[in-house]
Amino acid sequence: MRKTEAAKVMGMERADYLIAGAGHAALAAMHAIRLVDAGGSLTVVGRDRQLPYSPTVLPYVVSGRSDPKRVFLRDEAYFACARTAYRRGHAIVRIELASRIAELDDGSRIEFGKLLLSSGARPVIPPVTGLQAVPYHVLRTLDDALRLRAELPRTRHAIVLGAGLIGMHAAENLSKGGARVTIIEVQGQILPGYFDADAAAIIARAFEHDGRVTIQTGTRAVSAEAGAQGGVVLHLQDGPPVSGDLLLIGAGVAPAIDFLAGSQIRCDRGILVDASMRTSVEGVWAAGDVAQAASFYEARPVLNGILPDAVEQGRIAGMDMAGDAALQGYRGAVPLNTYSYFGRHAVSVGSGCAPPGAEIVVRGDADAERYLKVIFDQGRLHGIFAINTPLDAGVMWQLVRRRTDLTSLRARFLAQPREVGRALMSRLWR
Amino acid sequence: MPAYNTIAFHADRCDMCGACMTACAQAKSASDSPRRARIEVLADGAGSFGLAMCRQCADPECVQCCPAAALRKDAETGIVEWDHDRCVNCLLCTVACSYAGISLDEAVGHVVKCDHCGGDPACVRACKTGALEYLTTARIYNEVGALEDLFVPGLAGCQGCNTELLMRHTLRRVGPNTVLAAPPGCVPGMGAVGYNGMTGTKVPVFHPLLTNTAPMLAGIKRFYKRKGREVTALALAGDGGAADVGFQSLSGAAERGEEMLFLVIDNEGYMNTGMQRSSCTPYGAWTTTTPVGRESPGKSQDAKNLPLLMVGHRCAYVATASAAFMTDFYAKLDHALEASRHGFAYLHVYSPCTTGWRFPSRQNIEVARKAVESNFVMLWEYSPEAGLRLTHPIDDPAPVKEYLEAVGKYRHLTPGQIAHIEHHIADNVAAIKRQATAPL
Ligand SMILES: Cc1cc2nc3c(=O)[nH]c(=O)nc-3n(C[C@H](O)[C@H](O)[C@H](O)COP(=O)(O)OP(=O)(O)OC[C@H]3O[C@@H](n4cnc5c(N)ncnc54)[C@H](O)[C@@H]3O)c2cc1C
Repeated sequence: MRKTEAAKVMGMERADYLIAGAGHAALAAMHAIRLVDAGGSLTVVGRDRQLPYSPTVLPYVVSGRSDPKRVFLRDEAYFACARTAYRRGHAIVRIELASRIAELDDGSRIEFGKLLLSSGARPVIPPVTGLQAVPYHVLRTLDDALRLRAELPRTRHAIVLGAGLIGMHAAENLSKGGARVTIIEVQGQILPGYFDADAAAIIARAFEHDGRVTIQTGTRAVSAEAGAQGGVVLHLQDGPPVSGDLLLIGAGVAPAIDFLAGSQIRCDRGILVDASMRTSVEGVWAAGDVAQAASFYEARPVLNGILPDAVEQGRIAGMDMAGDAALQGYRGAVPLNTYSYFGRHAVSVGSGCAPPGAEIVVRGDADAERYLKVIFDQGRLHGIFAINTPLDAGVMWQLVRRRTDLTSLRARFLAQPREVGRALMSRLWR
Repeated sequence: MPAYNTIAFHADRCDMCGACMTACAQAKSASDSPRRARIEVLADGAGSFGLAMCRQCADPECVQCCPAAALRKDAETGIVEWDHDRCVNCLLCTVACSYAGISLDEAVGHVVKCDHCGGDPACVRACKTGALEYLTTARIYNEVGALEDLFVPGLAGCQGCNTELLMRHTLRRVGPNTVLAAPPGCVPGMGAVGYNGMTGTKVPVFHPLLTNTAPMLAGIKRFYKRKGREVTALALAGDGGAADVGFQSLSGAAERGEEMLFLVIDNEGYMNTGMQRSSCTPYGAWTTTTPVGRESPGKSQDAKNLPLLMVGHRCAYVATASAAFMTDFYAKLDHALEASRHGFAYLHVYSPCTTGWRFPSRQNIEVARKAVESNFVMLWEYSPEAGLRLTHPIDDPAPVKEYLEAVGKYRHLTPGQIAHIEHHIADNVAAIKRQATAPL
């Protein structure tokens, strides 16, 4: 009797492949598995009751640009066609590694052959005294977005804690919805880690120009209390308190790995994985926002937390799980971001931390809101950051990864990064 | 899954005139500025040209990286479709694409990409040098894929052989209302007539002698006609049987105008029985009966031009084809089938033999292509009404040395022998071109 049948006889579901999560990494893995293994049983468990969607689309659900009924990345027919059991609306609450069983929140148990952990991330709530006693919003799930959206018409003054991508997206949409917005950021600039201070200043100006957004950087919220007429009052480390009728926390994310508590799977800040996305435990993989994988730049593994990386890691995990001979190992996380705000576009590819001896070139035209910063490390592209300057981000990503020597093309590259990038593409990887 | 049409780019034919970009900008952006085009031809900095354009990937990365379900690969057309209403302008697709196939058009404020203009690409229409080509070969595979395969699933050809492809495609197209003659050669050798009392086809098949294929088929055709039944009489023969001992009876059937489709798969010798030379084996070639050594430098006679001899019979239809040019082959198969309803149709397919010609099995189609592109063989068709017409003229042929070097059976050639071959090709080209321009 095959193991699957044995499990059935015992009344337990069994899956050759079990995928925890139904986000980008999970879907990429499922696709990769099915390209090679059409027959193995596959189960996808996703906590959301809705069909799969992307957290990245949520700011647009809040603003009304995206119809919440039309953001789904797959439909039931897709899973049926791929002969995949899709258990939505269920969270995995516990993994028993010895018996290779995952337990769901309804008590049901699934025995697995191979397991992929791709449960994404959850919002981090900063240690602000009194925060738990006041109403606040986060933005990670579609339900979060719908709740926030329902608040918009009633909101006159919103406070956004954290000026990362989530906070900035939300701030823009709140202001477009007619609210005044105050953004509080502990670091000295907005979008820290994505753009340098000069670029951040150009972006900040577009927000302030809007008239309804106030940005307070370099200050920390220390405590929160309920406001007199409802709402929230935030006390800051320095400066007067800020009050508003809505508080959104966008203070970063952390891997969603609570259900692994006590397991032997090695974790640091996220689940540690090798170049094939394997965890420290045989038969268990991790990919996407949960995983802490090799960096392209530094020796320590990193959390990259971006959509293209979740897709890539998911694909690698799926290929390895299914034994796809074409697998090429992970080449290391490269930070990548595209950020559109008030009709302008910013792109960052690569690391903004210049290594010793690196050459940094900045071209700016503050009035035209154009900005280009390029970091070369030994003639190779280390990072490129652009505002309102046309670039093919995917081509730049390849140049970074391939460590293409740009020494002889340096001047032309700086003048026309897009054209030179395309010419190199034609020559090197067409 | 269907096969898809594609826009092919031949950098060697491009002169950077920019007409494609202008045409695209006009068609898609109502602008004359090439910057508004969804196709960009660019100098690659190494003396050639490249293309920045959506490749309509089979497994598109942009689709997987779109958070808004605004991109999807259309299963019918193969086009990666972009949905304006769902797009949130996040530009993540431009991160995902390594080929600059989707990018922001600042003038409209969102990403744009090629969609093949719905099947009639403006860029291809505007290209005057043939650098851009809209390949619709996929249509054949889709149409033929829907037709019944009339051979058994397993045919035992050599690794890399093209003949199974030719056989299956031909019989699918010709259809089930067929009687097939498969004289000795690779076609029955790989199982077409069957084994152990079972046939290898789902149509009546018989195994005539090398010498009597055409008259046996003619007799069967006439018999059915007399019984009032219209069938297609098809022969799948080799060059040895057709050009050597079978030639007399082939010539007779052609001269009488017997109604049949006689298809010769020309692999330039008796490859099935041990690679002996035939009268279609080219000058200089190694075979087991024209060995290479102190006494013999390979074959010392030129090949006979069998299809041209068939033109001399004024058959209802004569054509040459190549395993590397399936669109061309298909058009000719249709014409031949039509002609076989009222006369003798002869189709001669040049078919490199991996085993007997001594080249790596993965290069079969490439070798076939090189033969055509160097004018070693020529693709044309003939009917008494329309005369002879080149269907794939090669104006600027590749050096024949490139072809000869790709094939092991020519490895020993001396410069003198190569000169002889070049001379023979020139003669042959001249003869065919004379025919092509001759008044009817
Ligand atoms: C508001 C916002 C804006 C963003 N903007 C960008 C951007 O512009 N660019 C960019 O690159 N990235 C952006 N990101 C990040 C990007 O969305 C993530 O990196 C990406 O979604 C990670 O994919 P993932 O599959 O790892 O996780 P997710 O897509 O989050 O998927 C996790 C899945 O796991 C499920 N799950 C969680 N816990 C469990 C459990 N216990 N059991 C079962 N299932 C579980 C969830 O339901 C979900 O289906 C943004 C994120 C947010 C929140």
